[in-house]
This record gives sequence, C-alpha cells and structure tokens, in this order.
Amino acid sequence: MKDTLKSYQLRREREAGWRELETLLARADRRGLRRLSSEELYRLPLLHRSALSSLSVARSISLDRNLVEYLENLCARAHIHVYGGKATYGATLRRFFITTFPRTVWELRRTVAVSALLMILGGLCGYLLTLRDPDLYYGFVPDALAEGRNPTSTREELREVLYMEPEGQRLSGFAGFLFTHNAQIGLLCFTLGVAAGVPVALLLFSNGVMLGAFGALYTRADLTGPFWLWVLPHGVTELLAVVLCGAAGLRLGASLVFPGRHSRIDSLALEGRTAAAIVMGCIALFLVAGVIEGYFRQLVHRDAVRLAVAVATALFWLLYFGILGRPERVEPWEEGA
Amino acid sequence: MSAVLPTGAVSQTAAVSGTGAMSQAGKVLHREGPELELISPEHVRLRFAVADLGSRALALMMDLGIQLGCVVALIVALSALFVLGGDLGLALFLILFFVVRNFYFTLFELRWHGRTPGKRALGLRVVARDGGPLTADLVFARNLTRELETFLPLSALMAPGTLLDGAPGWANLATFLWIVALTLLPLFNRLRARLGDLLAGTVVIFEPKTRLFDDLVGETRAMEADAQYTFTPGELDIYGIHELQVLEDLLRRPYTPANRELYREVARRILRKIGRDPQEEVEPARFLHGFYSAQRARLEGKMLFGVRRERKVR
Repeated sequence: MKDTLKSYQLRREREAGWRELETLLARADRRGLRRLSSEELYRLPLLHRSALSSLSVARSISLDRNLVEYLENLCARAHIHVYGGKATYGATLRRFFITTFPRTVWELRRTVAVSALLMILGGLCGYLLTLRDPDLYYGFVPDALAEGRNPTSTREELREVLYMEPEGQRLSGFAGFLFTHNAQIGLLCFTLGVAAGVPVALLLFSNGVMLGAFGALYTRADLTGPFWLWVLPHGVTELLAVVLCGAAGLRLGASLVFPGRHSRIDSLALEGRTAAAIVMGCIALFLVAGVIEGYFRQLVHRDAVRLAVAVATALFWLLYFGILGRPERVEPWEEGA
Repeated sequence: MSAVLPTGAVSQTAAVSGTGAMSQAGKVLHREGPELELISPEHVRLRFAVADLGSRALALMMDLGIQLGCVVALIVALSALFVLGGDLGLALFLILFFVVRNFYFTLFELRWHGRTPGKRALGLRVVARDGGPLTADLVFARNLTRELETFLPLSALMAPGTLLDGAPGWANLATFLWIVALTLLPLFNRLRARLGDLLAGTVVIFEPKTRLFDDLVGETRAMEADAQYTFTPGELDIYGIHELQVLEDLLRRPYTPANRELYREVARRILRKIGRDPQEEVEPARFLHGFYSAQRARLEGKMLFGVRRERKVR
C-alpha cells in the first residue's frame, strides 16, 4: 500500500532535508543565527525553499495531517529566521542616526512646524499675559519648577538663579536627573498621541505658556538677555526634542483621525513606526540637553560663551536634519543596498 | 471527534488515562484559537497561532520580576559608590534605571528577534503582522507604550493616591476608565494586540512547534493489515477527510489497555458503517491501521483528480 501512496513517497524522498532544516533552526533558536557556520547559513535558505515547496505539494496530495502540520510549522519557523531581520546593535544604531532619524524628521517637517507653532503660541500667550498681570504667573508655573522665583522676588534673587554656583559635587546626579526626567516626558508625549493628539497639543501649549511666563518674569526685572542665555544653550536641544516628540504624537493622532486610504489599524501601524523612530532619536537629544544643562550651565557663567553654545547647537541640528535628512536621489539599481 | 468515535468512549478513556486524551500525540501540533495568516514571499500560505493572553500575562510577570531584580541589583551595586561620596554613582543609577525601565524589552527583543526572557520561557515570539522583518522601529514602537500600559496601571493599583493627586473626581474617573480600556484592549481584537502592538503592527505568536511522527502507512501493523484485510472501493467511498484525520488522531495514541477497548469500539462502528457484519472477528489495531491506509490511499487518489471529499456521505 505504502509504495503506491504519493504522500508516502514525498516524505521518503524529502524528509532528510526537513530534518536538517529542523536541526539548523533549533540551533539558531538557542544560540542565535550568527553562530551558524557559513556553510550552514548557505544551506538555510535552500532548505527553507525546499520545505516550502514540500508544503505546497503536501497540501495538494497528502491527507496525513501530522505531516502537513509539521511542514506548516517548520516553514513558519524558518520564515521567522530567514525574513526576521538580524542587524546588530552597532549597525542598528549607526543606521538609525545617520539615515532613519534625520530623514523621518525631514519627512515630517510640516508636522514639526505645527508642533513648534503650538509651543511658540503658548509661549507668546504666557509671556504677554504675565507681562500684563504678574499674578497670572502663579497659575502658569507649578511651584516645583519655580525654584522660589515669583513676581515678588527681587532682581538680585532672580539673577542669582541664573548664575548659581554648583552646590558641592552633585553635577552628574543633576544631569542624570534632568535627562531621565525629560526623556520620560518625551516618551509620554508619544503615547498620548493615541488619544487623537489632543493631549499632545495641550502639553505643547502649556509647556510654551510656562516658558513664556518665566520670560515675562525676567523681562519685568530687566533681565531678558541673561535669562535667554541661561535657557538657550540647553534649551535649543531640549525644546527641539519636545517639539519633535510633540510632532510624533500629533502625527499619531492624525493617523487615527485621518487614516486616508488605509484602514485605521494599518494607518496607525504605519505612523506608529515613524513616530517611534522620532521619539527614540529624541532620547539622544534629551541626553545631550541634560549634559549641557547639568554641567555646562552650572559651570560656565560667561554670557558670550553661553551665546556661542546656543548658536552652535542650533546650527548643528539645522545642518544635521537639513543635510542628512534630505533624501538623495536613489537610482533604481541601488535600492535596498 | 464524534464522527467516528463514540463520545462516551472518549470521555471514558480521558478519565482512565488521567491526562486529557485530546492533548496526546496527534493533537500536539494543533492549537486552538485565532491564527495569523500570511502569504510568504514564495507565495505559500503560512499560519501562526496567536498567543493567548494567559501566556502573555505570565511572560510579562516574569519579565517584570527580572526588571525588579535588575533594579535591586543596581541599587546594591551602586550604593557602594554612592556612599563613597561620588555623585557619579547617583547619575549612573538614574541612567541605568531609566534604561532598565524603558529599554529592557526593546533591547531583548532586538537581540533575540522578538523574544524576552519571559517570552522565551513560555515559547512566545513577536513577529511583524505583515510577515516582514522585525526592525528596530517596530520594536521601539511596541515597547514605548509600556509606560502607559503597564507601569501606569501598576502604580494606579499600588498607590492610587499618587496618580493625579488632588484632581477632581471626574478626572480620576476618566483616568480610571482610560486605564481599564487600555488594559482590556487585547480582548477586543482578533490578534490579541495591545496598544503597542497596534502602533507597531506586530503580533505575539506561539513559537511553531515541529514534531514529525512516523507515517502510519509505513508502520508494520499497516503492512500486516494490507495482507489480511482488503476493502472494496464502495466501502472506502463512505468516509471523508475529516473522519480519516480523526482516525489518525486515534491511531497516534499509545496502544494501552485502556485504548484497546476504544479501538475495538471504533472498529465495530466502522464495520457497521461500511456495511459489514459488526460482529466480524477482527484484530482491532491491525484492522484500523489497514482501514486507515486503504482509506487514505483512496482519498488521496481522488484528490489527485481534483475531488476533495471533506465529510462522510451519510
């Protein structure tokens, strides 16, 4: 009987290949694909394709359920390894910061502009309102951030914060705190985008209001210049990161509200990747900002140097996103290289 | 199952053997539940079993436990540095804590291709919904939302007061509803996706298990049966593919004394169905193997000519 069965013959002829693939996959699962020898790596896709063809054949000629299920699962496992993507951390990082991140930002430049506009709008509101009515300051700035500064502070007290001497040797801890705190907020900004982007817009706006209120406080004390020189060296990077995270969140919200020709689920998945890339990049920005804020601002008190750093960081980010972000012409034969 | 097997006999064996009869041998590869179906680049349809929420919750708990262990280890290791007065220790702690809190899952899933220690222990894996590579941005996207999905509800459970301190009642209620909606999200879609999965377009699946048993047709019992029992085409045209595979499940069970009674009962039923004398004296195991081979040969032969008979005639 068995000799007349085509399904039995199929198995007899191909089983060795399946078993070989199975052993390779088991080893790749345990120790990673990189541990396979070059010989074995060469065999893997061949065996994979042969197993797939066996599956197609088995589906049309075999009624041995165990055999068909085995082949289905074998092919599924092989698929994960063959098409799973296998970059190392180093390669992933390099690729991310040289291509993915700047390009994504460049692609989303309109959303970034909207996000920045929201913050600037908030800033103007906070600034003008506080300038007219200093009491509003209490409503705009939470006590924790004020560091004791309020409309009743004297000019000297306000000035003192700007040129504070570092207390003891707590600089690294301070920088670490700033970085983790800000980055955490950036991550939150991304997730809030799921709620149609409304909380993100609010967050951006209120952040601007807060900064504006501070600015007004210092303008009233005739310290406009020193204040912005205190904020901007790290602020350029930090505010940029906040704006970018906000743009990512807004984009997520937009993908839900206006999915275009995709279904909402697919649209969310597509934009989710883009938005996540931006937020991950922003974590690096927050790290830079944290270091500048934690060390540089505390240690360097000369206005000229502060100005230079602010301008330099602004230029740097402009060039980074402007040059690396702009897509170059890709020739058809270079695609995927 | 009931197509060939008498239902009473099934539950009886299940009780006798102590383990669920359904989970034995032949059923091992087959998982119930939703599936992710995709077409591979070679144009072959592949199926992945979507992981159930119980396994995922367990994996999550294991991972959270490991995270907690990491943080405790960090505190112990760096407290030495901290006591010595360097604030480098504090900075290091803050940054490492940040990394463990936010990137534990990301780093593992990147390195192990969609697996974390917890997922590995439970045989789970993250794959892209479209079957493409699990690239870094997918892994980022699906893990960025953990803050909102895991840590926020956890802190809400452990210390409800810290969340939205002093906020009005309606805000608390809204937050509560939001958290509940997020937590229950996987229950309301076919692929059991949580928010992060939706953002990234990923699915958590069971690792496909591969076990190939011997072909029943090639076994000695089947060969002995070939010589002893013959079936006419008319007798073989009664059952369909479904019944054949239920019989396959039965034959893959170990031939224990308990199962022997079941074999006898099934043989008697088949005899009656194909129009023979049910009291005919047959050796049940050999008869069933022979019938299986003959039936499969018949159905596969028909399939080659484009006729797929799924179920029995009557």
